[in-house]
Amino acid sequence: MTVTSIEPKDNKEKWLARLRRFFRWLTSPHVVLSIIMVAVMFYLVIIPLYRMVVTTITVADVDLRAIRGAEVGDFTWYHWVRMLTGKIGKLMTYQPAMHSIVVALGATFLALAVGGLMAWLVCRTDIPGRDTIHMLAQVPYIMPSWTIAMAWLVLFKNQKSGGTMGLLEFITGAPTPDWLAYGPIPIIVSSGLHYYTFFFLFIAAALLSIDSSLEEAGELAGAGRWRIMRKITFPLVIPAIASGFIMTFSKAMGTFGGPNVLGVPVRYYTLSTMLRSNSSIGNYGDAFVTAIVLILFAMVTVMLNQKIVGTRKSYETIGGRGFMSKKTKLRNFKPIIVAIVVIFQFIIAVLPLVLLVYSTFMLRDGKWTLDNFTLAHWIGKGDLSINSGEPGILLNHKVWLGAWNSVRLSILTALFTALFGVVLGYAIVKGRGTWLSKIVEQMSFIPYVIPGIAFGAVYIAMFTKPVGPIPALYGTFALLVVVSVAKHLPFSARSGVSAMMQVSKELEEAAMLAGASPWRRFARIVFPLTSTGFVSGFLLTFITTMRELSLIILLVTPTTAVLASMTMRYIENGNDQQANAVIILLIVLVLIGNFIISRFRGGSLKKGLGL
Amino acid sequence: MDTPIVINNLTKKFGDVIAVNNVSLRIEPHTFLTLLGPSGCGKTTLLRCISGLEDPDEGEIYIGDTLIYSHAKGISVPPGQRELGMVFQNYALWPHMTVYKNMTFALEIQKLPKAEMDKRVKESLEEVKMSGYENRYPREMSGGQQQRIALARMLAYRPKVFLMDEPLSNLDARLRMDMRTELKRLHHISDATTVYVTHDQLEAMTMSTNIAVMKEGVIQQMDTPDMIYHYPANLFVADFIGNPKINLLKGWVSSEDVVDLGKFNIPAYTHRKTGDVVAAFRPEDITIHTEPVEGGVEFSAYSVQPSGADTTITYSPGSTGCAVPRFAARRSSRPSTTWVPSGAPGLSLIMSFGTLGDSAAIRVLAKATRGSEAANESAACL
Repeated sequence: MTVTSIEPKDNKEKWLARLRRFFRWLTSPHVVLSIIMVAVMFYLVIIPLYRMVVTTITVADVDLRAIRGAEVGDFTWYHWVRMLTGKIGKLMTYQPAMHSIVVALGATFLALAVGGLMAWLVCRTDIPGRDTIHMLAQVPYIMPSWTIAMAWLVLFKNQKSGGTMGLLEFITGAPTPDWLAYGPIPIIVSSGLHYYTFFFLFIAAALLSIDSSLEEAGELAGAGRWRIMRKITFPLVIPAIASGFIMTFSKAMGTFGGPNVLGVPVRYYTLSTMLRSNSSIGNYGDAFVTAIVLILFAMVTVMLNQKIVGTRKSYETIGGRGFMSKKTKLRNFKPIIVAIVVIFQFIIAVLPLVLLVYSTFMLRDGKWTLDNFTLAHWIGKGDLSINSGEPGILLNHKVWLGAWNSVRLSILTALFTALFGVVLGYAIVKGRGTWLSKIVEQMSFIPYVIPGIAFGAVYIAMFTKPVGPIPALYGTFALLVVVSVAKHLPFSARSGVSAMMQVSKELEEAAMLAGASPWRRFARIVFPLTSTGFVSGFLLTFITTMRELSLIILLVTPTTAVLASMTMRYIENGNDQQANAVIILLIVLVLIGNFIISRFRGGSLKKGLGL
Repeated sequence: MDTPIVINNLTKKFGDVIAVNNVSLRIEPHTFLTLLGPSGCGKTTLLRCISGLEDPDEGEIYIGDTLIYSHAKGISVPPGQRELGMVFQNYALWPHMTVYKNMTFALEIQKLPKAEMDKRVKESLEEVKMSGYENRYPREMSGGQQQRIALARMLAYRPKVFLMDEPLSNLDARLRMDMRTELKRLHHISDATTVYVTHDQLEAMTMSTNIAVMKEGVIQQMDTPDMIYHYPANLFVADFIGNPKINLLKGWVSSEDVVDLGKFNIPAYTHRKTGDVVAAFRPEDITIHTEPVEGGVEFSAYSVQPSGADTTITYSPGSTGCAVPRFAARRSSRPSTTWVPSGAPGLSLIMSFGTLGDSAAIRVLAKATRGSEAANESAACL
């Protein structure tokens, strides 16, 4: 058989060949999935962002009084000028921005100090009860982020601003000073103690992965313990500290619950609470300017992270041996340190819950005596003298509706997130190295840099009116699902990629050679081998959605309210005890979810954070 | 199964890197062709282009009479329809399926009746001596057993062509030897055209009917193992094949059958009258004597390394001058022979290169052939 290379005879054949090659490329599974995902993400992320920007520079109905001679739909800089200059700019943008930064930085440093110290104690000293400390350290993070803030009120609120007495005022008889009851310090402490889990887990993982021989080499070189710490250990954990820092800072910037509970009553606004207050009066033009400012802050932080940490990330591969390094002996300090750790963990993990539960048993808020005991907040029939006549939460159909909304929102979000995880993971991993794969990966990352509350704002912009085939979703339950799924896209992509990476590509190639269709390869090979990863991703999304507040607070309506948003509504209405009862219910649901997870995979939050 | 593979002007690029550079080759039916080369030479990419797991950027591939890939025509037959089987380096056994399921996966797609599937599984397992393992999961077997199952899975497809991508490199040394024997036997029985990729020259030499030595995406030489070993086409092939390495010494042609190496001359057919050349000779082609012989050259050993069957002696230029770079000689180390290596450096020995007539042991290669580091080292010393 002799074969000679066949040159195409004319242009027509050349084009035909080109067309065939293009079609082959277009129909390969990862390309199809990539294109679908790019379209979906374009719709879920890019268009809403675009609409949000457009809203800030377009005249709306509510602006007609303020802008003379303008018509609805005209171009205007009105909102930007208003929000960024003069007295209103100072009040509505610069001051809240300063407050956000102060609160976020404070919370981050507090979390770093607490988390770092605990990680060091657990990993590098002979402290007893290591596993217990480790487990308790995760409790604050498992609970909704504003749990400690609500417990704070129970403990510290004063009659002047809160109407009723906190426990402290009840005991001492003197009113709690305002700076301790409300404002920056309570917000910093309550969110710092919530976020310290990040640092604890990141730094503990980094400390454990450092090869002890690196430190031993320093010791042999004659360096003292402090010098080794400073010159060897610390530089090696810097990447972990930095990524924990960025993660905490950007989360704290966008957080809503704490500042709403502890800041708003004394008019200490942050960007997130300012955004809420503007959007709740329908002034979207102004609200979106705040949202964009918030997004810009978050983007700068992430970019700084990549600039500063990016090059240093390489350290992380150095260790990995995980040898147990020499433990620092605590000697005589051991009992004291253990006592401090136990008390501390009790205060942040257990005390808030005790306070919250106790407060729900008080007939009149602020009266901390036993004769005031009641179950009315739980199973009361509804009496106009308490809680504006609403029945106890266990008999309140609104609460049950909220619980049901919470559960089904979490289930649906987790389902779609897992589904997108499979698709994104496959598209990114199989196309690795191609431009399409890079686009998919980068697009899926965008929601990560948008703080939750701003992301919710983006969706107001998008879905108040019908867009293309999609009806106006504002006020529907579906919108909550859409926004939660979209916000989870980065998580989907990351967990999907790591699940796909576990399956060596030859396994699918072998099936390809066996003649299996893409669908068969997926159903018989790829999916069975990655399903455990997706199940744990599903469960993790389930509990994070359950306690999500910032993201959906701007989008819920009375019928679509979830437990998380109900706590805010009750507390804003002054029904603190009802709010506390609802958050207890929410925590119980979250704990049940978490229990299922730990059953499922040995109880590790680490994996969920991608460690 | 008379299935040749014809490749015309095949090129595959990854970004700016040309992995396979305009390769044309014809693999005759029933051959066991080994693609041999250092890592990154494009051998695996070429194999993956044949399998269809990689789409080339230029050229054509035929399997049998079927055009399975043509850039110019925009044709690429999906891997599953090319009727070839592949064994992967990591075996690629599906961990969630039993041996039986692994083996029948492709057969189910072909919609074979159950009885036929059972028969094929039974026969294939027998062929790799793994009968009775149908219900095991891959993780319940050793590496060597998994390797055999991977082979059996391929055999059960009855493909026209076998492709193997470094299938033995994950096995330990002993198992590798056993599996070499097995693979050679299986090829003999099945008689299927086989393309085998390895960087291990010993595997290539022992199993192949043909070897294609590759470097930087280009086939340097394609020939039988014997010819590759004894008649390397260029310095790269000469240098790459053989352990201990071939001696490459720079010299110049002083007459049509003598190469002058400076300190001494060696007899060789130079096919030219004059010019700079590289003389290449295998260590085992040097005869070592303890007594002076005619035409012998005296040298002192730099190191002596016995390895049981034979002994490798390295010569290095002494302090007196750098006439000839270090090179190796090799001889049988049977205790009964007159000379037993003592291992002492500095041992004075005589070596001779035979005569023109007794063998064509010494090759003369054109100087400055692309990419011969060894020759360049020699040059530095001269």
